[in-house]
Amino acid sequence: MRSRKIEPAIHWGMRLITYSILIVIAFIIIDIVWKGLPVISWEFLFGFPKKSGAEGGILPAIVGTLLLVLGTITVALPLGMASAVYLSEYAKQGKFTNTIRLAIITLAGVPSIVFGLFGLGLFVLFFGFGASILAGSLTLACMILPIIIVSSEEALKAVPQSLREGSLALGATKWETIRRNVLPYSTSGMLTGSILGIGRAAGETAPILLTVAAFYLPKLPKSIFDQVMALPYHLYILATQLPDADAVRPMQYGTALVLIALVLGVNMFAIIFRNRMRKKYRW
Amino acid sequence: MKENAVRLAFLGTASISIIVVMLIFVFLGKEAFPFIKDPGLSQMLGSRWAPVSFIRELYGIYPLLTGSLLITILAILISVPLGVCGAVYISEIAGNAEREFFKPFIEILAGIPSVVLGFFGLVTVAPLVKKIFNLPSGLTALTGALLLALMAIPTIITISEDAIRSVPRSFKEASLALGASRLQTTWRVTVPAALSGIIAAIMLGMGRVIGETMAVLMVTGNAAVITMSPFESVRTMTATIAAEMGEVPFGSAHYSALFWIGIILLFVTFALNTAAMRALKRYRMN
Repeated sequence: MRSRKIEPAIHWGMRLITYSILIVIAFIIIDIVWKGLPVISWEFLFGFPKKSGAEGGILPAIVGTLLLVLGTITVALPLGMASAVYLSEYAKQGKFTNTIRLAIITLAGVPSIVFGLFGLGLFVLFFGFGASILAGSLTLACMILPIIIVSSEEALKAVPQSLREGSLALGATKWETIRRNVLPYSTSGMLTGSILGIGRAAGETAPILLTVAAFYLPKLPKSIFDQVMALPYHLYILATQLPDADAVRPMQYGTALVLIALVLGVNMFAIIFRNRMRKKYRW
Repeated sequence: MKENAVRLAFLGTASISIIVVMLIFVFLGKEAFPFIKDPGLSQMLGSRWAPVSFIRELYGIYPLLTGSLLITILAILISVPLGVCGAVYISEIAGNAEREFFKPFIEILAGIPSVVLGFFGLVTVAPLVKKIFNLPSGLTALTGALLLALMAIPTIITISEDAIRSVPRSFKEASLALGASRLQTTWRVTVPAALSGIIAAIMLGMGRVIGETMAVLMVTGNAAVITMSPFESVRTMTATIAAEMGEVPFGSAHYSALFWIGIILLFVTFALNTAAMRALKRYRMN
């Protein structure tokens, strides 16, 4: 009988712990939005930085991050989606498939700074791309590849088996079946999952630290072999590398706000889109 | 004919993951290799990390290992009780509406870039730690661990919750039918049944903590000393690479040493992740 009495107390304790996690999350977001919002202005978003970023705007960092994201998806999306099609539609149980799966799990766990070292060794030095948008995008693409593969495979698996069987029974070949009856119903799901990977690529600092990011470069890049500034690295510089960090606090909050607005905006879009898709295709 | 070509094309693309993993090992090894010849690997087994010096460079990685270890232990001590408690609450006690309300918060936390958390830690958490514990500086192992705990929590909650929810209903029903209370059922039946999944969640969280770079670089003070005190400044393996790689001459012993640290990180996270996957497979079998 004793436990009947303490049960509500323990449940309340657990509720308290869970809600305190939520409060911390809400506090972080509100803190950054509250202190960052007054800094946001036309000049801040579309102006060039001055005095190592202590004054002026952050346009080159925004453009740099957008270019990196664009380069990353151009490389990672086709590769990731095609890998997922193979794993979901073609692969049979066996050594090769298991090796691919192990590789994906390994890749998903590699620390981001190790991707930076890898990008430095392979793309920057061995291929001779130098610190450039190209090297940075390729490095980030390797990093988000597992996210794209896993979420795309899930979207493919959600297509009911009967659609494939019906198509095959009517005499369509495997590829025709995939192209006409599987991909049309799974592409939107594959894209949404991939957007989460894009959010990750936009926010990561460690891989671009060694492969592309410029400390201070108040101009826009001309080719994919140029260095660029990037939002996460710019925030790191503003927060830790300037002589009088307290004086540039508003700039730091502004940059942090733009970065989380970009990353969380992208994620939110993916989540809303995913929920709508779930309602649309209910098998 | 065409069918086969398409199949082979997909197969070729799917092997990209294997190729990338192999390239990571090859190129980390390639850049790290010269260290074996020149100062020699035994140079890394020391208790002082002073790679830039006028007299004699020292590449002892013990302080970096203990730094990473201390921060990981602290972060796990903070995040595991909170995360597991949260997961049990969300999956066993919360109602449907409450559960839907929690989800976006956890997703937001998982999405916050680590450099933003590091910035928040530097400006808000570090002064708080300094004040509460009356320390000369707020840039301590504890500050880093608090932020890393925040990063590990979404991983721990999502995977533990999944494990707890996949415990068959019949287990709970049998326990309740035998007269156990809801509380007893949760902690003595459901949680133990989901234990391998929860352990996997903790290991994946640990993998994330050990590999995290920016937040620890910004808030732990980066002093390469051997200590097990949460109130002292430490320097982790990841922070060392990030902070020093920008300034080393390519091909120097210091440069190779940083790649060795990368290799150590790679193996530690690899071991944690494969162990976690084993544990996950076990509970999915049930």
